[in-house]
Amino acid sequence: MSAEKTENLSWIDKRFPLTETWRAHLSEYYAPKNLNFWSFFGSLAILTLVIQIVTGIWLAMNYKPDATLAFASVEYIMRDVDWGWLIRYMHSTGASMFFIVIYLHMFRALLWGSYRKPRELLWIIGVIIYLAMMATAFFGYLLPWGQMSYWGAQVIVNLFAAVPVIGDDLSVWVRGDYVISDVTLNRFFAFHFLIPFVLAGLVFLHIVALHHVGSNNPDGIEIKDGPKGNRWSDKAPADGIPFHPYYTVKDFMGVVVFLALFSLVMFYAPTMGGIFLEAPNFQPANPMLTPPHIAPVWYFTPYYAMLRAVPPMWGSQFPGVVVMFGAILIFFVLPWLDRSPVKSIRYKGPIFKVALAIFAVSFVVLAWLGMQPASALSTLLAQIFTVLYFAFFLLMPIYSSLDKTKPVPERVTS
Amino acid sequence: MSAEGVNKMRRRVLVAATSVVGAVGAGYALVPFVASMNPSARARAAGAPVEADISKLEPGALLRVKWRGKPVWVVHRTPEMIAALASNDPKLVDPKSEVDHQPAYCKNPTRSIKPEYLVAIGICTHLGCSPTYRPEFAPDDLGADWKGGFHCPCHGSRFDLAARVFKNVPAPTNLWIPKHTYLNATTILVGEDRGGAA
Repeated sequence: MSAEKTENLSWIDKRFPLTETWRAHLSEYYAPKNLNFWSFFGSLAILTLVIQIVTGIWLAMNYKPDATLAFASVEYIMRDVDWGWLIRYMHSTGASMFFIVIYLHMFRALLWGSYRKPRELLWIIGVIIYLAMMATAFFGYLLPWGQMSYWGAQVIVNLFAAVPVIGDDLSVWVRGDYVISDVTLNRFFAFHFLIPFVLAGLVFLHIVALHHVGSNNPDGIEIKDGPKGNRWSDKAPADGIPFHPYYTVKDFMGVVVFLALFSLVMFYAPTMGGIFLEAPNFQPANPMLTPPHIAPVWYFTPYYAMLRAVPPMWGSQFPGVVVMFGAILIFFVLPWLDRSPVKSIRYKGPIFKVALAIFAVSFVVLAWLGMQPASALSTLLAQIFTVLYFAFFLLMPIYSSLDKTKPVPERVTS
Repeated sequence: MSAEGVNKMRRRVLVAATSVVGAVGAGYALVPFVASMNPSARARAAGAPVEADISKLEPGALLRVKWRGKPVWVVHRTPEMIAALASNDPKLVDPKSEVDHQPAYCKNPTRSIKPEYLVAIGICTHLGCSPTYRPEFAPDDLGADWKGGFHCPCHGSRFDLAARVFKNVPAPTNLWIPKHTYLNATTILVGEDRGGAA
């Protein structure tokens, strides 16, 4: 039996590098032995992407991307399609969970210095994935054709209209009409369907880059530069253990806990008190009337707060749009802003730790401010925290080189 | 294949020329994809003018009509509202409507043909939300100086009852006044005036 299997396997291996791939990326991919809680979020991000693609395709079987039918088709899925309510709540909860996982995954990279040499391209591919995710989420939010869908899309598409000279034509081109309309809904559906597959391709590139440079770890030490030889191989890093079975089992444990939390939200609080699914979106889109308070979904609100914080200059709201997109694009240059001689937060000095804490607090406060109605106080607070957000990046070359670091050990700590 | 006698210069020129021609072809192939995302003939044709019947519009009330998919407001201003407009001038970005956001016949202190009736496109010049009509004087949330106007729920922009923008709000300019004309005492045609369609 086993000989026969080997024969089949070798038949495949002569035609497709199955065993070779399995070894290179799982059973003989050596990951640092000191990975901790923070390393769960990479595999959880892949899991949420799969959940979103599968539930999304099943929703598309009953959804109608037509301005006169869209809202009713979502209600039809919720009420009349067998298990439709569950598939929709998996998808809506999954969207928010995806962003929670990605924000924690990105924060992990900040803690461990995973954006530093030699992982700059790995980090850049990751930021592109983040941008593609935001585009997908934005396109998807229009599809239920509720009040928040409509006015949220109206505001975001009008950001393009703020671009000098070509702005008006550009926003008309994006909408395919002079206002958000059936045409816009139809094309947003097409893009919402397409981009997740582009995302899957980007995730593939992300993993190719990761496995080429090797996984980082909480100590920020390159295990490839350390001594060689472990229980499995003489040439493998001494501080590495095979990804399979060690980390597949560990990640499986993470998946179980994650799915338990996911289910709690999905079954008991799918709207999360108006944060995951906003109340005005339970009313059909009305182009004549903006709801009394509009805000994007929580994962966009930090940037939305920044947009509102910047006053118009020279008779244009373009500066606010630049600040908002700049806040995202600045992640691309992060690898070259950090001048610290060490990677991980464990060996960085007090200035970096304080700066990272201020940055994390600013992000959360801006997210909260972005959900609140605009007032003089909230605008002032948003201005202060926007400055702090950018200070983390723009002052980093200065404070990271001034900072007093601790000596980095030669081997990872356990 | 021998490398001897290869004219490398000629090879480079050929490769470059082929690449350029190929890139031009790829550029042309993009045209239908980019152009098909512009508004279709049907979307372009949907801009016909609409009539607003103001015979039942009470003083102080607001009527919304839909023109080109956008809300157009008709506000019946009371004499107190009209009298209060001038007092807003120092607080406004463009009190004299210098920015060309209205037809020439509406470039006046009330931004209207008849002072009692304001006709304006109800789309905020910031990011396109439709501001909320707040006709009351000095409400708690908008301050004692408020003499009626519009408050945008999205980003907090404020406009007075002549649709003029206040200073220090996100919206940079006054709201648009569409071309319009009175067909008779109680009917306004929005989107067209004596000079032709907008």
